[in-house]
Amino acid sequence: MSLWNKHAIFEKNSIVLVVGILIVVAIGGLVEIGPLFYLKSTIETVDGVRPYTPLELAGRNIYVREGCYLCHSQMIRALRDEVERYGHYSLAAESKYDHPFQWGSKRTGPDLARVGGKYSDDWQRGHLNNPRSVVPGSVMPRYEFLAETPLDFAHIQEDMKVLAVEGVPYSPDMIAKAKADIKAQLSPDDPSVADLQKRYPKAVAHTSLGGADTPTEQDAVVAYLQMLGTTVDFKLFDEKANWR
Amino acid sequence: MTIGEMLGIVLSFAGAFLALFIASKAYTAAYAFHMFVFAIAGFGSAFLIFKRYTLRPAVIPQEIDGRPNYNYGPVKFSSLAAVFWGIAGFLVGLIIALELAYPDLSMGVSWLNFGRLRPLHTSAVIFAFGGNVLIATSLYVVQRTSRARLAGELAPWFVVLGYNLFIVIAGTGYLLGITQSKEYAEPEWYADLWLTIVWVAYLLVFLATLWKRKEPHIYVANWFTLAFIITIAMLHLGNNPAIPVSLFSPKSYIVWSGVQDAMFQWWYGHNAVGFFLTAGFLAIMYYFVPKRAERPVYSYRLSIIHFWALIFMYIWAGPHHLHYTALPDWAQTLGMTFSIMLWMPSWGGMINGLMTLSGAWDKLRTDPVLRMLVVSVAFYGMSTFEGPLMSIKVVNSLSHYTDWTIGHVHSGALGWVGFVSFGALYCMIPWVFNRKLYSLKLVNWHFWVATIGIVLYITAMWVSGILQGLMWRAYTSNGFLEYSFIETVEAMHPFYVIRAAGGGLFLLGALIMAFNFYKTLASPEEAGAPEAKPALAPAE
Repeated sequence: MSLWNKHAIFEKNSIVLVVGILIVVAIGGLVEIGPLFYLKSTIETVDGVRPYTPLELAGRNIYVREGCYLCHSQMIRALRDEVERYGHYSLAAESKYDHPFQWGSKRTGPDLARVGGKYSDDWQRGHLNNPRSVVPGSVMPRYEFLAETPLDFAHIQEDMKVLAVEGVPYSPDMIAKAKADIKAQLSPDDPSVADLQKRYPKAVAHTSLGGADTPTEQDAVVAYLQMLGTTVDFKLFDEKANWR
Repeated sequence: MTIGEMLGIVLSFAGAFLALFIASKAYTAAYAFHMFVFAIAGFGSAFLIFKRYTLRPAVIPQEIDGRPNYNYGPVKFSSLAAVFWGIAGFLVGLIIALELAYPDLSMGVSWLNFGRLRPLHTSAVIFAFGGNVLIATSLYVVQRTSRARLAGELAPWFVVLGYNLFIVIAGTGYLLGITQSKEYAEPEWYADLWLTIVWVAYLLVFLATLWKRKEPHIYVANWFTLAFIITIAMLHLGNNPAIPVSLFSPKSYIVWSGVQDAMFQWWYGHNAVGFFLTAGFLAIMYYFVPKRAERPVYSYRLSIIHFWALIFMYIWAGPHHLHYTALPDWAQTLGMTFSIMLWMPSWGGMINGLMTLSGAWDKLRTDPVLRMLVVSVAFYGMSTFEGPLMSIKVVNSLSHYTDWTIGHVHSGALGWVGFVSFGALYCMIPWVFNRKLYSLKLVNWHFWVATIGIVLYITAMWVSGILQGLMWRAYTSNGFLEYSFIETVEAMHPFYVIRAAGGGLFLLGALIMAFNFYKTLASPEEAGAPEAKPALAPAE
C-alpha cells in the first residue's frame, strides 16, 4: 500500500514527473543506439565501398526527392529467396556513406540494392519514361519529366563539402573537380573517364541523350541506379571474417 | 500593450524580414516560395497581435464568478483544423490507393506521383489531423483537470498557429520535392527547426498550466500528454540532426549514415507510433471515455503500471522494423523481445479503458459517440496484439516489405486513432462551442460507414500482404523461385481496388462528420450550462 502512495510524488510535482519520464524513455535508445557507434562488428571490413561520384550523388538526391524509397527497398535480407532473387544479402558497409540511408520499408516494387548493371541504360530510360512500356503489369508512376528537366548541379560542391564534414571521404581534389567529373561521367569515349575512375573506382560512364554539356535529371538517376550494389566484389568478400 | 505583445510583434517582423532576405537569395524557386510563406505568416502574426491588442479587455480575468475562465479559442481552432486536415489527409490517401490500382492516374505529373503524395498523406493524417486533435484535446483537458485557465495569452495561439504553419510548409514541400526521405520525418531542416520552437512553446504552455492547477494531483491523462510531448521532442532531435547545404538551400544531409541512421530512424519511427499515436491518444481515452460514460477510470493502480511500463518498453521496439537486415542481430533480438513484452502494458491500457464502462455498458446502445470511443479501444487492443505478433522474427520475415504492415498500421490508425479522435471531437466541439450536437443519427451513420470501410481495408491488406509474402518465397518442385516479382505485383490488383473502396468509405464517414459539425456550429448557442448530458438515440 505504501508503495502506491509514493506515486503521489510524481502526481504532485510536474518537474519530478518530467524528469522521471525523461529517464525512463531515454534508456532504450541509449542501449540500442549507443553501441552501434563503437562496436567494431557493426560495420563489416570490406573493400570497394566508395563515395558516390558527383553525378551519382545528384541522381541519388533525385531518388530521395521523388520518394522512391517508399516503394523500393535497398536492403536484401539474409533469407534464401531474397538472396536468390536479388543477389548477396546487403552489408552494413555498403550503406556507410549513405546520408540518409535508403533501406526502405516496403516493396511495392522490387529491391534495388543490386539493380546496378542488371539492365541496360536504354532499358532504364525506357522504364523511367513509361514503366509499362517494358513491364506491362507495373504500377510505378511515369517519370518522363526527368528526361525533360535539366540537371541542376550548380551547388554540387557545397553538397560534397557538407558530406565531407559528416565523414564521407571526399577529398579537396574530388570536390574541386566535381563539375568536370559530371561531364566526364557522361562522356564514355573521353580520356577524362580514366581520370574519374582513379578517384571513383569502378565508376561507369553513360551516354547522355542530350550531350554531356546539358545533362538531364534522368542521366543522373540512371548513373545512380546503375552503380547500386556494384562496388563490393563478393568473390573476395570473406563472410566468416565478418561473422557477428 | 504587454511585454509579450511587443516582443511578439518585434519577433514577427524580424522573422518576416529574415525570410524575405533568404527568399531573395534562395537556390530554388520552391525554397523561395516557402520563405515567402514564412514572411506572410510573420507579417500576419504582427497584424493579428496588434488587432487583438486593440480589441481585448485591459485585463483578462483568470476566474469569473469563482469558475475558471477557460481559454477555448486555441482549442476551437485546433479542433476545426483537425476536421479539415483529416478530410484532406483521407482524400490524399484515397488518391494514392487508387494510383496503386490504376497507375496512370497520376499522368506522370511530378507532384501527383505516388512518391510525393504518400508523405503528404502520412503527414496529413498523423501530424495534421492527429496533431491538431492532440493539441486541441490536451489544451482542453489540462484546463479542465487543473481547473485553471491556460497559461499565457499569446503562447497557446503561437502553438496552435505555429504548428499549422509547420504543416503547411511540410505538406507543400513534399509536393514540390522537398524531403529528407526519413519516413514520418520527411520535412527538411528549416521546417524541423520551426517545429522545435513550436514544440518547446507547447511544452511550456502545458507545464505552466499544470503549475496553475487548483487540484493537488496531476490527472492521469496529463501524464500521458506530458510523456507524449517530451518523448516526441527527444525523438525529433535525435532523428533529425542535419547540416544544410546552405542557408539558401532547402537541402540538408542527415549527420547519421547507413546502419546508425536506420536505427535512429526506426527508434524515431516506431515511437512516433508509440508516443504520438498511442500515448497522446491514450490521454484522450483517459479523459473522454470516463467523462462520456460518467464512470470513474476502472483502476488507478493499473493506470500507474500502464503508464510507466508502456513508456519504458515502447522505446525499445524500433529494431523490429529492421529484422534480417544489416542491423546487428543483438539489436534485432532486443527489439523483438521488448515488442512482445509491450503486448502486456498495451492490453493493460485497453482493459483500463474498456472496464471503465462497468455498470454503463447499456450506454453503448444509446450513445453512438461512446460506441465510437469504445470501439476505438477495441481496435487498439487488436492492433497491439497484431504488432507483437509481427515483431517475431519468423513472422516478420513474411510480413516485412508487404501490405500486411500497411494493413496493421491502418487498423491502428483508422480504428484506434481515427475513432478515438472522432469520439473526442464529437464530445468536445459541442462543449467548447456551447452548442448541441446536430444529429446523433449522423454519428451512427459515420460509425457504421467508417467501420465497414476499416474492415474492407484491413482484410484486403491482410490477404494481399500474406499472399505476396508467400509468393515471394514460393519454390517450384525443381527448386526454382516460382514467381517473378511482377507476377506478385499483378496479383495485388483486386485487393488494391478493395482497399481503395474501404478508404473511400472511411472518407465518406468523415464527410458526414464534417456536415454534422457544420450544422452544429450553424445552430444558435445554448443558453444553459455547457456539457449538459448528451441526448440519447434509440437503443439498437
